[in-house]
This record gives sequence, structure tokens and C-alpha cells, in this order.
Amino acid sequence: MKTPFWRKYIFSTDHKTIGIQYGFTSLFFLLFGFALMMLMRWQLAFPGQPIPFIGKLLGETRAPDGIMLPEFYNELGAMHGTIMVFLGVVPLGAGCFGNLLVPLQIGAPDMAFPKLNMASYWIYFVGGVVMLASFLLPGGAASSGWTSYPPLADIAPVGQTVWILGMVFLATSSLLGAVNFITTILHLRAKGLTFMRLPIFVWAQLVTAFLLLLAFPPLEAAAVLQLSDRLLQTSFFLPSGLMVSGEPLKASGGGSVLLWQHLFWFLGHPEVYVILLPAIGIVAEIIANNIRKPLWGYRSMVYSTLFIGFMSFIVWAHHMFLTGMGTTISAFFQATTMIISIPSVVILSCLFISLWGGSIRFNTAMLFALAFLPMFGIGGLTGLPLGLAASDIHLHDTYYVIGHFHYVVAPGVLLALFSGIYHWYPKFTGRHMNEFLGKLHFWPTLFLMNAIFFPMLIQGLAGVSRRLYDGGLQYAHAQGVLPLNKLMSYAAWLLALAQILFILNLFVSMFKGRKVASDNPWEATTLEWQTPTPPDHGNFVTLPVVHRGPYEYSLPGAGRDFTPQSEP
Amino acid sequence: MEAIPYTVKPREETGLYNGKLGIWLFLASEVMLFGALFSTYVILRLGSLKWPAGSSILNVPIGALNTVVLITSSVTMVFAWLSLKEKNFSGFRRQMGFTILLALLFLLVKWFFEYTPKFQHHLYPGKNTFLAIYFVLTGLHALHVVGGIAVNAYFWGPGSRMWTMEPDRFTNRVEIAGLYWHFVDLVWIFLFPVLYLL
Amino acid sequence: MKTPQPGKESAKVKAVGVTLLVLTGATVLASKLNAGIAIAAGIALLIAVFKGSLVASFFMHLASERRMIVLLFVSALLLFVLMMGLIVLARYNVYEGLVHVS
Repeated sequence: MKTPFWRKYIFSTDHKTIGIQYGFTSLFFLLFGFALMMLMRWQLAFPGQPIPFIGKLLGETRAPDGIMLPEFYNELGAMHGTIMVFLGVVPLGAGCFGNLLVPLQIGAPDMAFPKLNMASYWIYFVGGVVMLASFLLPGGAASSGWTSYPPLADIAPVGQTVWILGMVFLATSSLLGAVNFITTILHLRAKGLTFMRLPIFVWAQLVTAFLLLLAFPPLEAAAVLQLSDRLLQTSFFLPSGLMVSGEPLKASGGGSVLLWQHLFWFLGHPEVYVILLPAIGIVAEIIANNIRKPLWGYRSMVYSTLFIGFMSFIVWAHHMFLTGMGTTISAFFQATTMIISIPSVVILSCLFISLWGGSIRFNTAMLFALAFLPMFGIGGLTGLPLGLAASDIHLHDTYYVIGHFHYVVAPGVLLALFSGIYHWYPKFTGRHMNEFLGKLHFWPTLFLMNAIFFPMLIQGLAGVSRRLYDGGLQYAHAQGVLPLNKLMSYAAWLLALAQILFILNLFVSMFKGRKVASDNPWEATTLEWQTPTPPDHGNFVTLPVVHRGPYEYSLPGAGRDFTPQSEP
Repeated sequence: MEAIPYTVKPREETGLYNGKLGIWLFLASEVMLFGALFSTYVILRLGSLKWPAGSSILNVPIGALNTVVLITSSVTMVFAWLSLKEKNFSGFRRQMGFTILLALLFLLVKWFFEYTPKFQHHLYPGKNTFLAIYFVLTGLHALHVVGGIAVNAYFWGPGSRMWTMEPDRFTNRVEIAGLYWHFVDLVWIFLFPVLYLL
Repeated sequence: MKTPQPGKESAKVKAVGVTLLVLTGATVLASKLNAGIAIAAGIALLIAVFKGSLVASFFMHLASERRMIVLLFVSALLLFVLMMGLIVLARYNVYEGLVHVS
């Protein structure tokens, strides 16, 4: 009996369909979050000027006469961060790429819990709808930063409550997904696929899943506590004697503002490795494939990934250096933060060293993957002055921080994710994306991303604070670096134009792209390329048996320059 | 298409079948969830000028009674699973039935002898941080009890149809439900002394 | 894990159940001793940890599972303790002159 349409494409339990659902949904949210930022960049470049075209559409409550209200700027800021992190990058890296590739790369017929997988996606979807809907509430969406610090978040308009609800959905989706990924990787590996034969991508997803599993619950608990503060008038995060607009706040008091920060950042820091690790996994796969030789330092990369996972749980308070912590506890978190930079450098070095002596194929996927390396390098290096408590005193809550983390996420992780799309697109559609359009997408994107985020480092060093709705206009120390705002805004708007090329390429290639010459057009060694194109329900006709490691390129004595993992 | 392996038979390296690994992973995350709330309790108490003794606000005998109820329900839950292992389906039904009834009793005692009297005396969560953390901790725990009742009731009722077709898979499902239920009991074993006795 | 023998297994479960109930009584009695908060907390937590171990080992069969799964659960517990410990330490290690508002 033929599977009905809604069962095959809407409520599918097949990991590939679910992966593509995650893919389209997360790409939409990335675009939406980008659009929010483009609005903000108008206000930063031309503070107090009416926004052309869109200004009138925003309405009197958000932008009277087309001029953005500070409250609306704050909504845009909080939701840009929330949407990009929780609805965009992580669902793309872990939900989309993880779902599509992990079962295939380990030689499994599907994930361990297919129905749970479907539930994970739909809970994510509902969470996304809830977050978007919050823009329509009286008082607008959440506007207390993506970090939702009390006391502000405790007394903010109703949009904050809906934000919390949305976060509960998203955290639940991640938790269920994490259980699925770990069980799948531990239990469903094909015969012969030992841990030390796993592709780096799978290792990355395994550690990512553990981070999500153990780090999200404290944020869920904190969310419940903040919800309780807002709805049940508790004072978990409200200290005694708070005054709001000249009036004492009617609350019992006795709460701790820093408690929220601890619980939030306990998730918040591992979350950035959740963002990073799938991207590093993708880059490792694509570099290995396009240098036609094995990756250098496989074991080092594996141990580094595991070490990052473990360390990421004990660095969180480097986000709290300016909250009054003493020198001892600050020294502890500073030390762990410095230590965690080491495995990241090891992984990056292994990838750089791998290039030496390789026969490099510069297709679009490889260009994006190669660009990741120096961009992530800059992102990581700029993190060091933030991880050192002394220099963080000057840089905390400035644009330097924004520049740092955007370097890691945008020219870093996002480029890696683009790389992955160009690379695996043929496997799931049977067609290549257009190489010329791909390169036309790549160069402006790389250049413009630098044009946006490098000036932020400069502004931050000058002392410009983050989350200022006029970009520092009113501050004397910001005057010298104010012109950079216009530069960054133009770069952002041009960057949007460059992405149109990608969107066109993505959709048109599905119908007009060059058909693949075989099931393994990139001549890769990992198991996902040993399936039909696209893979059928169940993936493998008979489950493969693995006989060798994941990157046996240019094996001496082999007939071809690559030997698939399943080859005896 | 080949079926997903290790749904019933355990994988040699871990000694577990998929569902059991899954539930243990989930329980690890639950440790962090309740752990964060316990941490909240500690921070709020340490930071307070005055903190009431639990027994001055909460009803210790009632709390102790509920502890006995929950521990007993854990015992009956194990017996329910053991009955299935011995192919004794009616024994399973009886023991699972007891588990569900005891769980319902726990909730009823909580609602009628703890929460409602507190509300009648205007002891709301917003009144002070002791009541706040008490209501949130026990409330979230109670929600987990409700979830457990739902799952157990499903396996007692419509879900038990699987026994006739796939007895081993059904036994495993009951085992997994049991692991969750014991965890709920475990949380209460810490909740009771911390909130009521300290 | 080993197949349980019916009679022995239910006897063990009953014994553990009775022990748990006895320990519950002990916890309540101990709380009436009127010791300082530190000692009271110490005793209460000690008994709770012991009760919890019984539940985990015998009801949840951790005693007969592979080391890996015990390690997983214990790691989660240790992580929670680490999180709580560092948060509490951060509260107490503050710079000179800082006053907490409660």
C-alpha cells in the first residue's frame, strides 16, 4: 500500500525526510534572523531616520513615522540572537546535517527512535511558531536580550513569557534529539565500524548530543523559575528592595539575580560548542575528500573533540567576570577557558597540516571549508582577551564581544554549513549545485562578512557598548568609530544580496542542476556515498560491513585514489 | 529494508537494548534538571537572612506518608515487571494497577492535604522564597508523577495488547517505564528530607 | 544482565522496600534531634544517598548493569554536584567590600 502524502512528507519518521524538514525550516529562520538584523543595521547607520519602505509597514507601536523605537530595536536584538542560535544554526548543524548523515555514515537503516525523531522536529517547529508569534503580542516580542537577564526579564512585557514557552519547546526538542543521536551512534554502528573508524563528523555529533543532553536542563529549570517569577509572583531572581520607575516592586524579594546568569550560561557556553562542533565535523569531511589523502592527526582530533566536550561544562562563568566574582573563582574559570582553547587549536592545526601534500580540488564546497579555517582562527583568537579576566574588564559587553562571537558563527560556522550544503546536495537530490554561482556566492560572502564583523572588534576596543539602539551616537568615546556603522550596514545589505545567488542556486539546481555521474560523484570514502541517490527508505539494501578507516584516500597499491570504508 | 537492530535484543558492548540506553540518557538529563532546582534551593537558602525550618511550614507526617506511598509504588512497579518476566500477565496487571493507584494517592494527598490547605492560609508561592522553591520543586515533581501515571496507565490498558504479539518487547517497555518511575521516586527521596526536615 | 530467578528476586525487592521504609522513619527521627543545620543536613543527605543507591542498584538494576551505564548516571550526578559547587563558590568568593543583597 502506498504511503499517503502526509505520512511520507509531513509526518515522516524517515531520518532523511526529517533532516530535510530541519534544513528548510532552519534556513528560513536564518533568513528571518538576518532580516531582523538588516532592520537593526538601518538604525545603527542612520539613527533616528525613518526606515525606507518597511518603516511604514511596521506600524505605530514599533516605528512611529517609520522611525524605529528603542523598545523595538531591543526586540529585534533579542529575537535576532534567539532565532539565529536556537532556530537557525543549531537545528541546521545538528538537526539537519546530523539527521541526514549520521545514520548513513554509520551504516544504519535509520535513527534508533524514528518516531521520537519526528516528534523532535515538530516540537522544534512549534517552538519556532511560538517565537515568531510573539512579535504580534502587545508589547512585542522578548526584548531583554537573548540572554534574558533578570530583573529586567522578570518584569518585561508578555513577549518574554512567550519566549520562555518557546525555549521550553526548543529545549525539549533538543533533548529528545540528543537521546536519539547518542543511542543511534552507540548502538547502530554497522559491523566493523569501531569507534576509531568513525568519521570525524559522527564524533562531533556524538559530543554535541552529550552537550545538549546535560547542559539544556539547567536552562529549562531556570526558564521554569523565570516563568514562576512572572506568573506566580515568586522572587527567584528578584532581590529585595527593587525599585521600578520610582516605585518599590511588589515582590517578596530574597532572590538572586546571578542565579539566572549561572543557570543560563551553564547551557550558554556548551551551546556555543553545539554550534561549533557539527561545523568542524563538516569541514573535516569536506577537506578530507578534497585533498585526496587521509586527514592528519585523526586520533588527536577525536581526543580533542572529547576534551572540548568535557571542558565546555566548566568554563561558563567567563561570561560573568564582571559580576563581582573574586579572584580565586575568576582565576579558576579563566584557567579552564584558556585550557579549552587548546583542543580547538589542535583540531584547526590538524586540518591545516592535512592540506600539506594534498592534491587539492577547489570546488565550491572546498572553498567554503578552507575559508572556515582562518575565519574560525580569527574568531578563536579574538576570544582570548575575553577569556582573560583582566582584559575582559575593558571588553565585556562591548562590540568586541559581538565581533568575536560573530566571527566564529558567521564567517566560521555558517561558511562551514554552506560548504556542507554544496557538498552533500548531490547525494540527496541527484544533481549538483551550479559551481559558477557557488563561487559567485562564496567570494562576496567571505569578503562582506569580514567587512561587517572586523569593524566591530575596533569599535569594541574603543569602548562602544553592545545593545545600544543608536550605535554609540551619544557617547564621546564612540565618536571616532561611529562612521564604521555605515560601513557595516552597507556590507550587511550587500551580503543579503549575495545570498540571493545561493537561494536561487539551491532551488533551481533541484530541477536544472547537472545530474550526478554516479552515486559517489565526489569519489568519497565514507558510507553515505555507498547508497543509491537519493537513498531509499532504509538506506542500505543490505547493511554494510566496514573494513577500514574513514579517510583511506590515495592508499598505496590501490587502483583508485580512494578506497571506500566498506571495501574488504 | 533491514529493521532497526537492538530494539529487543541487547547490544553486546553495552549490554542494553536501544530503549534502555535511551531512558538512562534521559534520566541523566533529568538529574541535571532537578539538580539545577536543588542548586537554586541551596543558593536561596544560603543567601537568606532567615530561612524557616521545613517542619514549621510543611506537614512532616503527611510528607512522610507520601514518601511511604511512593516507595511502595516503586516496589509494586518492580513486581509488575517481574511478573512479566515470569510470564504472569494477571500478576502484572495487578501490580501495575497498585502502582497507578498509589501514584494517584500521592497526588491526592499532595493536593488535598498540602497544596489546598496552604492556599487557604494564603501561603502562595509568591509569599516568600521558601514557598517559592517548595512549590516549584514539588510541582515539577508532581508533573513528573502525572507523566508516569499516564505512561503506566497506557501500559496497563491499551498498550498491554502488545503482550500477546511481542511479549519480550512489551516486557522491555514496562522495564523502561519502571526505570522512569524509580527515578521519580529517587527525586522524592531527596526532596522530602531537604524540604520538610531541614 | 542476568535473568532473575523469580523467588529470590522478589524476596530481594521486598527486603529493599522494607529497608527503604525503615530508613524513611530513621530520617524523620534524626531530624528531631535538634542538631545544627550542618549536621542535620549531613545526616539527612547521607541517609538519602544511601536510600537512593538502594533504589538505583536494586530497583533500577544498576548493580547488574555494565560499568558504562553506571558511569553515565554517576557522571551526571557528579556534573550536577560540580555545577552546584561552583555556583556556591562563586557566591562566596567575591571581591573585597562587595555586599550581597538578599
